[in-house]
Amino acid sequence: MEMSKDLLDGFSDSKKTRILTEKIKKIAQEIEEEITLMEVCGTHTVAIFKSGIKSILPENVKLISGPGCPVCVTPNTYLDRAISLSRLDDLILTTFGDMMKVPGSSSSLEKEKTRGRDIRMVYSTLDAFKIAKENPNKKVVFLGVGFETTAPTVAFALKEAKTKSIKNFCVLTAHKLIPPALRFLAQSNDLKVNGFICPGHVSTIIGTKPYEFLVDEFKISCVISGFEPLDLFQSIYILLDRLKNKKARIDNQYSRAVKKEGNPVALNLMEEVFEQEDSVWRGIGVIPNSGLKIKNVYREFDAQEEIEVQVEKSQEPKGCLCGLVIQGKSSPLDCPFFAKECTPQSPIGPCMVSSEGSCQAYFKYGQKKSSKGK
Amino acid sequence: MCLGVPVKIIQKNKKEGIAEFKGIKRKISLELLDKVKVGDYVVLHAGFAIQKLDRKEALKTLKLFDELEAIGNE
Amino acid sequence: MITKSNSGEKISLSHGAGGKLSLELISHLFKENFKNKILNRLEDSAVFSLNEQRIAFTADSYVIQPIFFPGGDIGKLAVCGTINDLSVMGAKPLFLSCSLIIEEGLDKSILQKIVLSMKKTAQKARVQIVTGDTKVVEKGSADKIFINTSGIGIISKGIDLGKEKIKIGDKIIINGTIGDHATAVLSSRAGLEFQTKVKSDCAFLSDLISSILKFKDKIKFMRDPTRGGLATVLNEMVSGGNFGVLLSEEKIPVREEVKGFCELLGYDPLYLANEGKVIMVVAPQIAEKILNILRKNPLGKKAEIIGEITDKFKGMVGLNTRYGGTRVVDMLLGEQFPRIC
Repeated sequence: MEMSKDLLDGFSDSKKTRILTEKIKKIAQEIEEEITLMEVCGTHTVAIFKSGIKSILPENVKLISGPGCPVCVTPNTYLDRAISLSRLDDLILTTFGDMMKVPGSSSSLEKEKTRGRDIRMVYSTLDAFKIAKENPNKKVVFLGVGFETTAPTVAFALKEAKTKSIKNFCVLTAHKLIPPALRFLAQSNDLKVNGFICPGHVSTIIGTKPYEFLVDEFKISCVISGFEPLDLFQSIYILLDRLKNKKARIDNQYSRAVKKEGNPVALNLMEEVFEQEDSVWRGIGVIPNSGLKIKNVYREFDAQEEIEVQVEKSQEPKGCLCGLVIQGKSSPLDCPFFAKECTPQSPIGPCMVSSEGSCQAYFKYGQKKSSKGK
Repeated sequence: MCLGVPVKIIQKNKKEGIAEFKGIKRKISLELLDKVKVGDYVVLHAGFAIQKLDRKEALKTLKLFDELEAIGNE
Repeated sequence: MITKSNSGEKISLSHGAGGKLSLELISHLFKENFKNKILNRLEDSAVFSLNEQRIAFTADSYVIQPIFFPGGDIGKLAVCGTINDLSVMGAKPLFLSCSLIIEEGLDKSILQKIVLSMKKTAQKARVQIVTGDTKVVEKGSADKIFINTSGIGIISKGIDLGKEKIKIGDKIIINGTIGDHATAVLSSRAGLEFQTKVKSDCAFLSDLISSILKFKDKIKFMRDPTRGGLATVLNEMVSGGNFGVLLSEEKIPVREEVKGFCELLGYDPLYLANEGKVIMVVAPQIAEKILNILRKNPLGKKAEIIGEITDKFKGMVGLNTRYGGTRVVDMLLGEQFPRIC
């Protein structure tokens, strides 16, 4: 029998989640101690907030958000370069909507659009590729942002550009990889995370093996989780259960979409087009081998290499705690700017811009400090 | 960081498919998957199908919930 | 006022999106300079008396792209939107003005289509378009056509709506599904290419609203959740007040297709524009009666009580999720963009 809509709808069943809520409360009581779980993926952050899970978790279970928000971890220098590119003549800058409001050192893509630059939002890299084919006399730059879920789609577009000789299409990459970031977090001395909720869609590409080191080397449990409410509740329960039994394990809760071997076609494409390099994560610094660079054989489609442009000297806002927030070392509430100078309308750091950034999620979904009479 | 939605493939032409989700339709790329056929459910991200959804596994996950529910009701 | 800090600032799309930035622009620039008691209330229509007859007076501009969309067009939108701004103040809409700014080069047949649509809508709604203006601007100076309207209506004795009438325990009713208009319009814009059968809910609400005005002072407040959506309008309602709103997620009607569209693109239906919806804040004892009356009308078939006025928190909108949790529903920040992450 085939997959069906009804089956999928079962993952949003509120009766089931309420039962799990009780189980979670019970098991948290049995564990007693303070437990901190980190959801790595920004989409998980949003899903968690939207479902209201945080308001029903027991007191001793804390969820903190990690660095899996591509908007939050893309450095200022990248935004500044994108902005400078958009100011060139005969150039169309294409981007996912996510990047539009991210503040660079002194501007943002949204602001540049108001100044008349040709900046277009697309849903897919292929839409940007189409724009390139339709505008042969202009350079079309696509902002390649995102993790292993998105990188293969960009790799495909680059391969198409080469195969079909669409020479006016190029990509400015800022793709980053999750496992090196997890290693970085696990190695950190002051990290107090008892378990990781791992990104479901990144895992559809990379499979389950890349997380094994968390258990083998660091004895931290992790659950690869789906995004529906039942997935989230179930994943939290599983992590608590592992903690109770003091058994570090990887669990693939999202097995309906995540295969052990991941997606070999996607992985091969990435391998063909990209190579690993050290990468700067905004607010954290350099994480070795955590970024993707376009290989030399595709150099003519690499906007970083092929287009010369003056970029202003990048400056990070002083005092902004985004870096610590995305590592789970600080809460948005600890940041001196939070909800005062730094709000979603006038963000100082990227965590407030991204709808998945911890700070915006905290602000919108109601974990503000007292202020504004709220 | 990855908005991925479970969509049904209702039409297919080589490596292009039409996906349907809650009544919405869109042309999507099947270039990242082998062996997709009409009627399959896939995860859609940024215009591409990135993985097939497995019915057996979906049932297993829901069954796991049922087992959890049973524990403590014994 | 032009200060040193805003002398280089530009107006962005987010200033027109109906959320926080729009409100700020209105408060700091317009309200600050045009100060008067009537404007200061910042309601959908201005309400004042002329020789003891209470009048509602509203103005609006329509710049929508594309100008023809599933379920309507810019002309129908202009007439309905203006009527609705009057109706939510409890007024009977009577007269409209219509001023057009047309981009050089627009096909006459398109203009004709729009005007016929306005005529048809006005006739159905029994309002008259009594005055107007036409300007043509150079190609590139306007996007095909912009329509500016104003409207006048009269308010009967005994009907006096306003935020100050709202009391703890009052119920919040909406006449149907949210997000239809925005979904229809966004999906028909080039670049996203999602095919959907969702049509805009563009409609005039004067008849629907007049069917419940007999409850007089038990109807406290009404608004139509246009740009910025349900979330924004409710936030505006509670802003500065000593009450809050608690919504029930399960009760908020959303079409399956609209949910799908939002999931695919990362939108939230609470923030999407509607053009045929009204939120009513009513005394709890008549809420069910109102619901029954609304449901008999084709524009109210899916009406629901979606929440209530609470003293649990002030100046905020909260939502009880279907999963047993609670979260805050903040105002729209600026324009919502689609996302993949």
